[in-house]
Amino acid sequence: MTDRFDEFKRRSEEKWRALQSAQIPRILVGTATCGRSAGALEVVEAFRRELDARGLEAHLIEVGCIGLCYAEPIVCITKPSQPGICYANVDPAMAAELVEAYLVGDDPLGKYALGSIGDGSVEGILPLLETPVFKLQVRRTLGKCGVIDPTEIDQYVANGGYGGLVKALAIDPAGIIEQIKASGLRGRGGAGFPTWRKWQFCSDTQADHKYLVCNADEGDPGAFMNRSLLEGDPHAVLEGMAIAGRAIGADQGYIYCRAEYPLALERLHAALKQAEDHDLLGDGILGSEFNFHVKIKEGAGAFVCGEETALIASIEGKRGMPRPRPPFPAVSGLWGKPTIINNVETLACVAQIMQHGADWFAEYGTEKSKGTKTFALVGKINRTGLVEVPLGITLREMVFEIGGGVLNDKPFKAIQTGGPSGGCIPRDLLDTPVDYDSLQAAGTIMGSGGMVVMDEENCMVDIARYFLDFTQKESCGECVPCRLGTKQMLDVLDDITQGKAEPEDLDLLEEVGEGVHAGSLCGLGQTAPNPVLTTIRYFRDEYDAHIQQKSCPAKVCRELITYRILPEKCTGCRLCAKVCPADAIVGEKKQVHVIDQQKCIKCGVCFEKCPPKFGAVECLAGQPTYPTPTTGGTP
Amino acid sequence: MAKVTLTIDGIGVMAEPETTVLQAALAADVYIPHLCYHPDLRPAGVCRVCMVEVEGRGLVPSCLTPVAEGMTVSTESPQVDKVRRVAVELLLANHPEDCLTCGKNNRCELQRIAAYIGIDRKQLGRFRRSKEPIPIDTSNPFFNRDMNRCILCGICVRTCEELQGTCAINYVNRGYKAVTAPFGNEPIAESNCEACGECVVRCPTGALSCKGFQEPTREVRTVCPYCGVGCGIRLGVRGGKIVSSQGDPQSLANHGRLCVKGRFGHDFVNHPRRLTKPLVRKQGELVETDWDEALGLVAEKFTQHKGKQFAAIASAKCTSEENYVAQKFTRAVMGTNSIDHCARL
Repeated sequence: MTDRFDEFKRRSEEKWRALQSAQIPRILVGTATCGRSAGALEVVEAFRRELDARGLEAHLIEVGCIGLCYAEPIVCITKPSQPGICYANVDPAMAAELVEAYLVGDDPLGKYALGSIGDGSVEGILPLLETPVFKLQVRRTLGKCGVIDPTEIDQYVANGGYGGLVKALAIDPAGIIEQIKASGLRGRGGAGFPTWRKWQFCSDTQADHKYLVCNADEGDPGAFMNRSLLEGDPHAVLEGMAIAGRAIGADQGYIYCRAEYPLALERLHAALKQAEDHDLLGDGILGSEFNFHVKIKEGAGAFVCGEETALIASIEGKRGMPRPRPPFPAVSGLWGKPTIINNVETLACVAQIMQHGADWFAEYGTEKSKGTKTFALVGKINRTGLVEVPLGITLREMVFEIGGGVLNDKPFKAIQTGGPSGGCIPRDLLDTPVDYDSLQAAGTIMGSGGMVVMDEENCMVDIARYFLDFTQKESCGECVPCRLGTKQMLDVLDDITQGKAEPEDLDLLEEVGEGVHAGSLCGLGQTAPNPVLTTIRYFRDEYDAHIQQKSCPAKVCRELITYRILPEKCTGCRLCAKVCPADAIVGEKKQVHVIDQQKCIKCGVCFEKCPPKFGAVECLAGQPTYPTPTTGGTP
Repeated sequence: MAKVTLTIDGIGVMAEPETTVLQAALAADVYIPHLCYHPDLRPAGVCRVCMVEVEGRGLVPSCLTPVAEGMTVSTESPQVDKVRRVAVELLLANHPEDCLTCGKNNRCELQRIAAYIGIDRKQLGRFRRSKEPIPIDTSNPFFNRDMNRCILCGICVRTCEELQGTCAINYVNRGYKAVTAPFGNEPIAESNCEACGECVVRCPTGALSCKGFQEPTREVRTVCPYCGVGCGIRLGVRGGKIVSSQGDPQSLANHGRLCVKGRFGHDFVNHPRRLTKPLVRKQGELVETDWDEALGLVAEKFTQHKGKQFAAIASAKCTSEENYVAQKFTRAVMGTNSIDHCARL
């Protein structure tokens, strides 16, 4: 039954080998959304122009993202019989320079290179995988992102793609569940529920129809793991869906993807069509009796629709509101039928497990958290990006090895994991292993993979306020603790950041937080207090400073800081006075200036405007006192 | 099916299978505070006030938890108190504090639950009150919608959908700004609401209240005079006047439900312009008379117009028996088959 596929695979491999051994150069440009926002499409255009102008032939291929956000746009140039060379921050001018120097000439311009890829070496350029950013990474889920052309199914197939589905068709559904169980795969969406167990519930339920839903409603602020995967390797998700569909006995799949991901949707639609054309989805897949169709449903951007029962309501055309469980979707879900909802990354892992085996998958990870996991590493860090690491790696390794440490070498303060549902982990716990259980013990969650690094300039109260503002707006409003509790906490945090809070407000925050956690109907509400509760737990001194000293130590909360001009440094240049939007700076030219604290709106423009050579404006933690401004004196 | 035995607060309770812990407790006269549960509707589990502790499972909403053999339930524990207290305090902190002048005073579930839980004024004072006033929707002639008093229990939404099938209201907006409203948050009079008032009678707070409501001194069981369905009603009487009308839950015709006329259409009874005596025209003037004279006059005129000159249209307000008599009279007495009924229009 797989003859057709074998033939397709053989042709795909031939094509792939031909491309790899082509006698003309290959230029891969990462044009996922992240690359595009950094100007990657202009870079593609520039290469095309430069090649044409010189009459040069090359394969110019748009690929997904290799995850180095800080280095976008990224281009990889491979000359025949040479290793590929990856270049960072390429712009049209650099594209022209590269064509001239490396394609016309033979100078690889090592100064622009990130590293080399493939066999062989180039003098002065380190192999990319040995550079610090990649050294501790294990790229499996993201392995094909940035390497293959996501719009070409044969490139996916040539690299082992759909081999997992072929194996899944050859064994019975129970066998597939057995494999997933042996792999130890846990849901990558956040909660970490064992994937096989969820499938087993659904498989055990009798019904005329069952559904498999891929949850691509990635909504955490600062998280983009799923988007990148869908843009860079959409077939991996489709293959995982078909395998999962067979395991649970579903004949219909849905991908619930947010409409704010236009490129991911475009890639998914194209991949879906290709898979159907090659008999990998649809009726009688690869000649078997297994039917599996996939529909794409665009979400309208409600964070709560990432919650599985709200997601189901949304697919059904209703308002996206969670409903109580039980019954669990595995028993009664979409249209009242047994339904499994798996995250994008979980499904990509499923495809890998079926391709390479459970043991291969479980090579990495800890006893209870197997495999690798993708993370969006962002915030105050030198190398922001999308990384994939073996579970069990420490937070310290992620921040300081892979991420290259805190931006501008400022002291590390905290790392926030799990998005609005997660918490902040302080410096003392940097050696916490990144796995489901250790993160939970630290008061946060793994979540879908957002990691935000913070330095001393981040106010932890303000961070908690930011996340509460988000969850409060995104709450569906249905259950009392979440609707009113998150707003109450936000109001209290507002007061704390404005110096209007009393010491007992911390008790109120904890009390309401615990009520919201224990009382809310769905995961959104149950986890919404985490950013507040963990920051109180680990950064209580900052809360105390805000409440008792009316001072923001990180100098973030406007009401709790003071700008002042140092008389001994001020030259009376008037620069600050001219830009002050509140006319709060008084003083004649060449005389010492003074900020009228009653007028000052703490915008910080004077601080930024004062030339560094003077450095006469300083920002202090704490509320200002209001003496009558006196100016004058010789600078 | 055999009954299920469970323990609620140490009391052995026999419950019907397929019921919930809340239903079993209420049936056994054990009060569990609840706001969004209503016996006529599917449970929603959104108020989080009916939380109980089930041995081995921890905190659960009792309205959603099916009874199970041997289950041990506590309706009171430090954990239970903590969670439902926070929920009720949050509701109160977002609710007007004018109970004495509220139309639902003494009939308000939120008031009852606050009293049950015992709210400390000082504790409640710590909570922020930031709700901006929402204008009251007075567009409906019979009831007002005051969303400042709404606790979003969703009973009105479920009533309109599950019982009435009208779906005139649903949730709009998200988070703290979420409210129940007709389509597009327009006034209720602009919506497809039929003003049956089923939501108004189920609303646990003063969010939905009848205009000019007065507490009756007594109730009289009777049958609605409006149509042939014969809904059982309980007319509330105060000082010899009808001040309210409620569906009679014991009536098999309507199981406690009413339409807009049966619920809100009784003001004609005490209306000053209502005719209480028959009038006959004498020398061009309508003059009060007694029923014997009036009916005698009708009978006399009828005898002059038998056969083809006569036709009758019977009313849907009549019962089947009355309609039967009407057709019999038309055919046998008036000698014509020209009889019809308004419901055919």
